[in-house]
Amino acid sequence: MTEITLENLAHSYLPNPSGDADWALKPMTLTWQDGGAYALLGSSGCGKSTLLNIISGLLVPSQGRILFGDRDVTGLPTMERNIAQVFQFPVVYDTMSVRENLAFPLKNRGLAADVIASRVAEVAEMIGMTGVLDRRARGLTADAKQKISLGRGMVRQDVNAILFDEPLTVIDPHMKWELRTQLKDLHRRFGHTMIYVTHDQTEALTFADQVVVMYDGRVVQAGTPQALFDAPEHTFVGYFIGSPGMNLLDARIDGATAHVAGTEIALAHGYGALAGKTQIGIRPEFLRLGAGGAGLPFTVKRIEDVGHHRIVRGQVERADVNVIVPEGQPIPADTDRVIIDPAHAHVYVDDWRADPARQERAA
Amino acid sequence: MEKPLNNRAWFLVLPVLALVAFSAVLPLMTVVNYSVQDTFGNNQFFWAGLEWFQDTIHSDRVRAALGRQILFSAIILAIEIPLGIFVALNMPKKGAWASFCLVTMALPLLIPWNVVGTIWQVFGRVDIGLLGYTLTKLGIDYNYVNDALDAWITVVVMDVWHWTSLVALLCYAGLQSIPDAYYQAAKIDQASRWKVFRYIELPKMQGVLLIAVLLRFMDSFMIYTEPFVVTGGGPGNATTFLSIDLVKMAVGQFDLGPAAAFSLIYFLMILLISFVFYTVMTKEGETL
Repeated sequence: MTEITLENLAHSYLPNPSGDADWALKPMTLTWQDGGAYALLGSSGCGKSTLLNIISGLLVPSQGRILFGDRDVTGLPTMERNIAQVFQFPVVYDTMSVRENLAFPLKNRGLAADVIASRVAEVAEMIGMTGVLDRRARGLTADAKQKISLGRGMVRQDVNAILFDEPLTVIDPHMKWELRTQLKDLHRRFGHTMIYVTHDQTEALTFADQVVVMYDGRVVQAGTPQALFDAPEHTFVGYFIGSPGMNLLDARIDGATAHVAGTEIALAHGYGALAGKTQIGIRPEFLRLGAGGAGLPFTVKRIEDVGHHRIVRGQVERADVNVIVPEGQPIPADTDRVIIDPAHAHVYVDDWRADPARQERAA
Repeated sequence: MEKPLNNRAWFLVLPVLALVAFSAVLPLMTVVNYSVQDTFGNNQFFWAGLEWFQDTIHSDRVRAALGRQILFSAIILAIEIPLGIFVALNMPKKGAWASFCLVTMALPLLIPWNVVGTIWQVFGRVDIGLLGYTLTKLGIDYNYVNDALDAWITVVVMDVWHWTSLVALLCYAGLQSIPDAYYQAAKIDQASRWKVFRYIELPKMQGVLLIAVLLRFMDSFMIYTEPFVVTGGGPGNATTFLSIDLVKMAVGQFDLGPAAAFSLIYFLMILLISFVFYTVMTKEGETL
């Protein structure tokens, strides 16, 4: 077990990358602390799996270094990195029994038979397959096979990290929840560094202490789920995390005032004069509905009742805006205004969050 | 709902029946007919019962040919299957070289049997053949015309030369169907090269390997043209396999009765072996 550092790492699948678009991973420097439970979150094709494969050594990065502790492992093959990885689709050794499958990584490390037996029993218990240990892996259902894959990932105790590449895609919802809980439990008991790739925010937020959000080959933000919710550093984080995501409105920022849809909004901080595409972002949780008077002109399109709250979907001029109305609070029929809570509004310049303090200093 | 019954529909099967009868059943029955009769020429036949069958089963000549046949098939399988797997494992997975290899490998399969025979017949000659001449100049006593062992080696190497690529191509197709994730998982599990072969590649090739073994076994068990062109079954009877012996008996000696009984037994053997293979293969298929 060790700390994993990515230093100025970048990767392209092309031999001679030229433009920005040729890089599957854009240069990044990132540290995964020993024993952390990380989620790597992002939409499909943003480079999550590429990053994972680079850490495990299945891919050699085009540039940069990977350090395990102080040791540079950039050139080391997967074999010598001692990392476990579980893939999106089940990989089992067809001709072996479930028991042999689980024991395989341990046998390859040359452990003693009794150690192997006790580890296999423990892992089988964890994935709920104690009863079928002697069955052939061939012919099992897809989710049983995936559980074996998970088990093989967890069976070694001395791994530097366990990487999960959307491992629960093929598992049915109930089992998904249970396995996730098991993983969390495993993490608490053994303290392995775990990196869990997913495009499902619920999965990410329930599993991880630290969430790393990737967008278009970049790490756009790494932080606790709370930090991602409170202060998304990039419009993608705002939009991707939260249900529904953050509302973004084109705005002209002038010091501590935002001009949106012909209305002036007082902001909590001053930003000076900003160049580029400026937007304000506000989560649906921090919007209130109103009728007449203050606020932005708002047209209600429809209302969704999701149980513990309602989502009002509507528009401010041409932009879609969602508002969350807590249970028990009425939605007036003549609603035509939406009111922003300035304390929770963020200003984005070219999709990146503008830092008010710094901007004030610059101004 | 009651199904409409119309027995006249049977007439629709007639053309097929006629064709099959003409092309398969009647010729086979002719052979059966010969196998139970004896003739001294002039188209005069005498009933012989099962005598020819008893003779064939007890014939040392047929038994010797059968022994040589089994030995030959066993040797070429023992060489071609592992060699084919080895070649397939070492072929490039993609790119221009993969296409190049595929085309090159397919070439021997396109050459007609008697041309292959002729190529090796000339290739191995000590006076003008490149192989025979070179070996002789190197001081190796090689002569497939006089030496039984040399004749065997030549015939076996020729078959390996001709057919290993079939096994390799089949295995290659099997290997190509293995998703990358399997190799990646094996690396993660720190499996050695041998274990990757044993637990990933071999199980995934099992299906095509069975087909390869079946094809190569059947084909080698019926081999005629190539050894006939190269050695003519000699020296002596050293390379007289079942088919060659059968033709000698039927066309050379004109022993129609014994030859007919021989070919029926030969046919039944192949049928039996095919059946066994088929059963094994479908059984394996069920457990997949």
